[in-house]
Amino acid sequence: MFWDQQLECIEPERLREVQLQRLKEVVKRVYEKVPFYRKKFDEAGIKPEDIRSLEDIKHLPFTSKTDMREAYPFGLFAVPLSEIVEIHTSSGTTGKPVVAGYTVKDIALWAEVMARCLVMVGATKDDIVQIAYGYGMFTGGLGFHYGAQKIGATVVPASAGNTKRQIELMKDFGTTFLACTPSYALYLTEYAKEEMGIDLSTLKLRIGSFGAEMWTEEMRKEIERRMGIKAYNVYGLTEIIGPGVAHECPAQQGLHVWEDHFYPEIIDPETGEPLPEGQEGELVLTSLTREGMPMIRFRTRDITTLHREKCACGRTLAKIERIKGRSDDMIKVRGVMIFPYQIEQAILEVQGVEPHYQIILTRPHYLDEVEVQVEMSKEIFSDDVKTIETLRKRLEKKIEQTVGVRVKVTLVEPKSIPRSEGKAKRIIDKRNLK
Amino acid sequence: MKIKQISVFLENKKGRLYEALKTIADRGINIRALSIADTSEFGILRMIVPQPEEAKKVLEEAGFTTKITNVVAVGIKDEPGGLAGVLKHLYDADINVEYIYAFVEKSGEKAVVVLRTNNLDKTIDLLQEKGVSLLSWEEIKEL
Repeated sequence: MFWDQQLECIEPERLREVQLQRLKEVVKRVYEKVPFYRKKFDEAGIKPEDIRSLEDIKHLPFTSKTDMREAYPFGLFAVPLSEIVEIHTSSGTTGKPVVAGYTVKDIALWAEVMARCLVMVGATKDDIVQIAYGYGMFTGGLGFHYGAQKIGATVVPASAGNTKRQIELMKDFGTTFLACTPSYALYLTEYAKEEMGIDLSTLKLRIGSFGAEMWTEEMRKEIERRMGIKAYNVYGLTEIIGPGVAHECPAQQGLHVWEDHFYPEIIDPETGEPLPEGQEGELVLTSLTREGMPMIRFRTRDITTLHREKCACGRTLAKIERIKGRSDDMIKVRGVMIFPYQIEQAILEVQGVEPHYQIILTRPHYLDEVEVQVEMSKEIFSDDVKTIETLRKRLEKKIEQTVGVRVKVTLVEPKSIPRSEGKAKRIIDKRNLK
Repeated sequence: MKIKQISVFLENKKGRLYEALKTIADRGINIRALSIADTSEFGILRMIVPQPEEAKKVLEEAGFTTKITNVVAVGIKDEPGGLAGVLKHLYDADINVEYIYAFVEKSGEKAVVVLRTNNLDKTIDLLQEKGVSLLSWEEIKEL
C-alpha cells in the first residue's frame, strides 16, 4: 500500500531534479538565515551558487553533533523563535542535549513522512495504533502520533513504561499496531506471559514498527513469533526530524529513505570522502525541506549501506540496510570493520543474558589480535571445567561467525571490567599503530 | 545422601584464591574439604563447608560468582585399593566421574572421597547397593 504512490515510485531522474532544486533552496536559505552555516560555508570557501549539481553537495562542510551542542539551544534555527511551534531534544547522555525546533510546516512534514511509513507496512484508518515510545522531549512518541493521526488510525498514546497497563490496553482496546523499541517489545511478551498469563500472539496485534535502538534479524524473528505479527524497522533521529526518516517496506530488505525530503549519502567515516553506492560506510543526511532547523550534511555516525535497485514493493526510493553500528565505536581489525554491538549480540545469543564484556586489541606480531573478555555470570557458571570450556569455545565461534574475525574469548570474574558512569568501556586498543 | 558443595569462579590472577578464602574465613566458616580445578586462564574452587548457603551469600557480596551443586561423599578404608574398588562399581555401571577429590578424616582411619558423576541418583543407589559407606550431611558437618 502507498500513501503517495506517485512520489514513492517517482522516476529516478525526476527525483534528482526535485532533490537538486530543494538542495539549492535550502543551502541558500541557511546561508542567509543561520550565521553558523554562513561561517562554516565561508571557511570552506563555498557559496550557495556553487551548488550546481547533486554531486556538488560533497563540497559542503559536515555538521556534527558537537556543532549542534555548541549551537545550544537555538543557534541552528533558521526562523525566528516565534515561528517555532514545538521543540524536542535528544537524550544528551554526554553533555548538552541536541535541540530540534519545528515550524507548523515541519510538523506537517513529519506527519506526512510517518504516514508514508505506516501505510507502507499496511496500516489503515481501521488500525488501533498503540504508541509505547516515550512522549515528551523524545521524538519517538509524538512522531508516530502525528503520522498515525494523519492516516486516520485510532491512536492509543500509551507512552513508554507501565508494562501491565500496556498489555491491558492491547487486550481491552484490541490494539492492532504496536510502536516501541524492539527490546521493549520482547519484554512485553515475557511480562505478558509470566506475570499475566497472556500470550500476545493470541491478541489482535498484526503489525509492529520498532526502532530507536539497534536490533538484529534474530530479534525480528523472535518478536514476530512471540507476537504473531510482522515486525518492521523504523529509522530516524532528532537532528533530522525524529522517526520517519526511513522505514522498511513489506519486503523487509532494507529501509526506504524518504529522500525527497532527506538526502542520504554514504561516506568513509575516516576520510569523510563519499563512497560509491553499495559500499558500507557512515550515513550522512541533509534535510531538504525543513523550515525550522534545516540540517546540512549531518554526520549520523550510523553505519549502513545504501542501495538503489528497484524494490520488490515497487518503490524507487533508495534503501539503507539495517544499522550495523556506530562509526565512533568502529574498530578495524585486519582490515575488517567490526562493531562492539555485533560482539554483544553474539554473546547475548550464546549466554542469554546481557553481557559485560571488553574488547582488547593487540598487535603482537604485525597482525591484529582480538581478545574478548566476558564476565562470568551466575547464569552461565558451572562447577565443571569442561562445561565452561565448551561455553568459551561456543562464544568464540559465534563471535567469529558474526564479525568475520577470529577472536580469543577469556572469561573473567564479575565486576573485573572497569565501569565508568555505569557503562563499561568497551574497547581497549593496545595496538601500537605508528 | 547428597552433599552440598560450593564452587567459586576464580580468574588466574594473583590473590584471588586468598580473597575468596579470606571472605569465608572472616565469616567464621570452616572448610571441610577443598579442591581446585584449573586451566591456564581460570580456576574453579570447590569446597565442602558446613554452611554452604551462608558461604555463597558472603562470597557473592564480595563479588564472586558461585554455585551450589550436589555431590556425594564416600567413606573409604584408608588402605591401597580402597578407592579403586569404588570406581570399579561405577565403571561397570557405565557412570562417568566428572571430578573427584579426597581428604583423610581426623582420626586417620578413613579417607573421604568427594565425587560428582553424570548421574548422581544412580550413583547413590548403586553404591548403597554395593555396601559402600556414603556420608550424610550430618556426618560431614561433624568431620
